[in-house]
Amino acid sequence: MTAMTQTLAERAVTRKAPLLAIRGVKTYYGKIVALKGVDLDVQEGEIVTLIGANGAGKSTLMMTIFGSPRAREGVISFDGRDITRLPTHEIARLSIAQSPEGRRIFARMTVYENLQMGASINKFAYFDQDLERVFALFPRLKERINQRGGTMSGGEQQMLAIARALMSRPRLLLLDEPSLGLAPLIVKQIFDAVKLLNKSEGLTVFLVEQNAFHALKLADRGYVMVNGVITMSGTGRELLAKPEVRAAYLEGGHH
Amino acid sequence: MQIQASKPVAAEPVSGGFDIMAAVKDAGFAALVTLGLSFPILAFRTQEDISNHLIVVPRWSWPITAAILVFVGRFAAILFRSRPRATRAPTLPKAPSASATFLIRYASWFGVAALIAFPMVMVAALGAGGSLKWINNYGIQILIYVMLGWGLNIVVGLSGLLDLGYVAFYAVGAYSYALLSTTFGLSFWICLPLAGLLAAFWGIILGFPVLRLRGDYLAIVTLAFGEIIRLVLINWTDLTNGYAGISSIPRATFFGVPFTDDDDGFAHLFGMDYSPIQRTIFLFYLILALALLTNAVTLRLRRLPVGRAWEALREDEIACRSLGINTTNTKLTAFALGAMFGGFAGSFFAVRQGFVSPESFTFIESATILAIVVLGGMGSQIGVALAAVLMIGGTEILRELDFLKAVFGRDFDPVQYRMLIFGAGMVLMMILKPRGIISTRTPSIFYKEQKAISGSLVKEGHG
Repeated sequence: MTAMTQTLAERAVTRKAPLLAIRGVKTYYGKIVALKGVDLDVQEGEIVTLIGANGAGKSTLMMTIFGSPRAREGVISFDGRDITRLPTHEIARLSIAQSPEGRRIFARMTVYENLQMGASINKFAYFDQDLERVFALFPRLKERINQRGGTMSGGEQQMLAIARALMSRPRLLLLDEPSLGLAPLIVKQIFDAVKLLNKSEGLTVFLVEQNAFHALKLADRGYVMVNGVITMSGTGRELLAKPEVRAAYLEGGHH
Repeated sequence: MQIQASKPVAAEPVSGGFDIMAAVKDAGFAALVTLGLSFPILAFRTQEDISNHLIVVPRWSWPITAAILVFVGRFAAILFRSRPRATRAPTLPKAPSASATFLIRYASWFGVAALIAFPMVMVAALGAGGSLKWINNYGIQILIYVMLGWGLNIVVGLSGLLDLGYVAFYAVGAYSYALLSTTFGLSFWICLPLAGLLAAFWGIILGFPVLRLRGDYLAIVTLAFGEIIRLVLINWTDLTNGYAGISSIPRATFFGVPFTDDDDGFAHLFGMDYSPIQRTIFLFYLILALALLTNAVTLRLRRLPVGRAWEALREDEIACRSLGINTTNTKLTAFALGAMFGGFAGSFFAVRQGFVSPESFTFIESATILAIVVLGGMGSQIGVALAAVLMIGGTEILRELDFLKAVFGRDFDPVQYRMLIFGAGMVLMMILKPRGIISTRTPSIFYKEQKAISGSLVKEGHG
């Protein structure tokens, strides 16, 4: 993995092409427009978060990156390559991994089998190594290794969903609402793990969250989405300080 | 299942008391319902009078008997249920003894050994004539359905794709052998792989249009596919001879040596006395080998990435795709492989019968095979085999129950009640073991130790 030596400021100067670039993406469900032209960049080594209310289109953007539903207009490119028209499984093979909304772990399969499914892209080449790696990150999973995924708690399932995504050695990790329905302590554990992955391995993370406070504190940069359009963007700290953001997503919200 | 949860707490006998009045009331109500329901069905029978007119003869005793039976049964059930649970000694799971563990571990090998010995034992015990029925009607017939069940298990049990038209592939296999052997004179051993390939091809043909469908929608389309194949077989008379079917299909030979009484027949070649049972025994071993091949391939594939992809596909298709699994290919391989084994079974069917017609490939066949898979426990190989024995063997057993004639009168034919008993069995099964006979899923791979996964944690009827 690339070493994280560059600071944000340096990267801004060098102006590298972003790892993930979303330009003017419009997505429709039938005739209903869900994304009305979204522009968004994720640089290599960054944690970028997208916050917004229910139904703003956050998860739709996440799924559009993965090609289902497909963007009707606009371009999504990963590492300089246009992936807008690729089928989902081929997008995944470009080493983009996803912990989808609702976790979607394989409920009847064991934790071990779930992790194996995650490693199937690179033909299990680094399986044992990666297994130790995710166990170090989430020791709980090691205890549950032979347990059926569906019998675990929500927090453990979320850890499994992230661990399964990591098994494919992604360059970009997409996380869709990892904090959904979890106790604050577990949310902290998961966010700490994401932070650690980013710091120690330089993993690029794109995080979609409703839990704006935690997400913006974690992220290098953030975007705010309202009704299918990006209304604000900036560094995590900048957004946290903005009165509009505070009013809409933070006051009386999660702390 | 919600049965446990929805049981009212009050029904749990804390004091061990038994309310007779309530029980009588409950049983009385059940009897009344029975009376109402059975009255139009049981209380009259039609009979032809002397001038061939149908007349209605009342038989009041029947619904009344039914009501009394239900009353007694219901009362007994309530009585039984209200017994205080505490009096029952708690049964601790005993550690199985060494010999029991040995038996369990090698159970499937004992089963195979027993099956290999089965025809010999039968012939030794009952003679060539007496054993024919057992080897043919029980042995071969059940094994065909075991094989079909295992084939469909790949599609329904492992991949979770509900297929109601599986019999189409059975038909493709049967007609492939029938047409190839009668038109081109190809031998069974050449036709067998060809039939499998053709069936697999049709599996893919079915697979393409249904790639985006799941559950109910998939079931409807596959049902239609099964009917289309049957209707083509009926109406394409130039090729298939329509309803009349294809007869005089070459019978099974022992790798080219016919089972005849001739000088170059099987019996003479091996210095035995000729007996028609020899062909039947050969067929038995043939279908046994084919069924075991199906099983071996399935078990092997379950441990390979494609097999695990099938199971993951059953669990969550979207998650599969986002993990880089090509769900199109995964589904098509499941359809193709399942169809291929159906095709093998079909060509065996043709070589065994020597005659095929569209009548053998009706929807009820698909339903039976699907019932075997569901009854056995989706995805469980042993469960499917047990269910096939139960369903097909059970039907055959009904023919044997002559003593019932002594009870119910001379013209009582238990076979007529096949569907009734079958239906009741299914209902009972779904109440007692809603996830099938073998409801545990053994992980195909494991970390350090292997552990079966309890069926009570498994979502049932998930397809």
